Amino acid sequence: MNTTAVEVRDVSLAFNEVPVLEEVSLTLEQGDFLGLIGPNGGGKTTLLRVILGLVKPDRGDVRVFGKPPSRARGEVGYVPQYARFDASFPIDVLEVVLMGRLTRGALFSRVTAEDREAAQAALVRVQMADLGSRQIGELSGGQLQRVLVARALAVEPRILLLDEPTASIDTPIGRSVYELLEDLAREKTIVLVSHDIGVISRYVKTVACLNRHLHYHHSKELTPEMVEATYGCPVELLGHGHPHRVLEEHPPTGGLGE
Amino acid sequence: MLDALQYPFFQRALAAGLLASLACGVIGALVVVRRIATISGGLSHSAFGGIGLGYLLGFDPMIGAAGFGVLSAIGIGVAYRRLRHGFDTLIAIVWSVGMAIGILLIAMTPGYAPDLTTYLFGSIVLVPSTYLWIAGSLDLVILVSVIVLFKGLRAVVFDEEFASVSGLPVEALFLVLLSLTGLAVVTLIRVVGVILVIALLTIPAAIARQWSHSLGRMMVYGSVIGAGCTVSGLFLSYWLADGVGVNAPAGPLIILIATAGYGLSILAKRFVRRAV
Repeated sequence: MNTTAVEVRDVSLAFNEVPVLEEVSLTLEQGDFLGLIGPNGGGKTTLLRVILGLVKPDRGDVRVFGKPPSRARGEVGYVPQYARFDASFPIDVLEVVLMGRLTRGALFSRVTAEDREAAQAALVRVQMADLGSRQIGELSGGQLQRVLVARALAVEPRILLLDEPTASIDTPIGRSVYELLEDLAREKTIVLVSHDIGVISRYVKTVACLNRHLHYHHSKELTPEMVEATYGCPVELLGHGHPHRVLEEHPPTGGLGE
Repeated sequence: MLDALQYPFFQRALAAGLLASLACGVIGALVVVRRIATISGGLSHSAFGGIGLGYLLGFDPMIGAAGFGVLSAIGIGVAYRRLRHGFDTLIAIVWSVGMAIGILLIAMTPGYAPDLTTYLFGSIVLVPSTYLWIAGSLDLVILVSVIVLFKGLRAVVFDEEFASVSGLPVEALFLVLLSLTGLAVVTLIRVVGVILVIALLTIPAAIARQWSHSLGRMMVYGSVIGAGCTVSGLFLSYWLADGVGVNAPAGPLIILIATAGYGLSILAKRFVRRAV
């Protein structure tokens, strides 16, 4: 049986002739939990969008469970970096989470009991079970972020792609999101984009660095060469409370910039 | 004032107002939450080109308006999505080009265009019964399309990226939304005129938004509020003419009433929030 979840082969992509991804290859087996780090503008979000089929690469090939991304819609759950919708939109939490069910060809049909159960289960997982009828405009940033996670879970995907899911939320809630991911990693393949290397190294199984080129050794270790190639700065800079820290060992508190 | 109801012209005006309100509530909600309300101004002005064509070739200008409205809508939608041109730029172009074509075609039409101002400024008290049929059919198309496609349209105006990830035909749904807006505009032209259509597609929906917790309800509230504005504008216009002897056309009155309603709604919302 094929156990490959995602296969990205020699993908190159440029926007307005500015290269964003160059010869990127990445293979994820089922059950992988990959942390993707790299500087801003390094192509992390773009790589996720390529895997999602939102952007077509100029060259190279992408397969999700052996299929082109456009035919693997129900397999992939996506959590964007920030809500791309207007928080004053007249809609409640449950309705947003139910949008995760549209993949199931539910465009014309009514919402089924199964859809409701999946949506409610997703809300339970993100600890928002009793907030289903809340208007999204009344949520805090952290709650909104958890709604985005719940919407992706409602898809009941086999792969979860998360783009800096804690960028806009405070630490304790951020931690609960990561603990949830750790839990989900037992049953799903996960790609987590973050600039928060401390968090990445604590929860993920493997780490990749992306700055146009992808550096990935199927391990959690970040070699000085990987970091230098990715961030373009000497390794000496990296041990001084800079967000780039977290090579090898770090204190259990693992905080950044402390 | 209720004696107005006995006149056929007033009955027709009332019917036209109510038919227009339905379109303005349903489509207004979608364009307002998607923040593309200005497209209604662009499409109504572009429809003027179709009105001109109707004059020149001698068919019902409303048919021309519907054709121009829908074609402009699709043109804007395709150019926006494929060429990645600014939505506001495209609206500005369509807005003025439609007017330019309309002015040219009407100038080329032999003779004098007597009821031109009814299209520019609206003249709800002069609507012919054929117009009611046209507006009614357009309402039916709009209503059926929105009900059938409701989930998809809502997903696209809410979060296009996620809709796309979910595999929805995002571009097709967006073009349907713009085309329906083009049709909605036509139902409003005789009521408030090309120039004021944008107000009736925006203000009732904006008021409705302050009080609704779902898109569906916002559509219903918007239609009811639109109906309230058109009906009260009509009666006010009748009363001013009949009782005071002032000639005040209904179209502008409807817009001013809607705007006053918007202001009151904001105040009321503040009051309610403080009371809670």
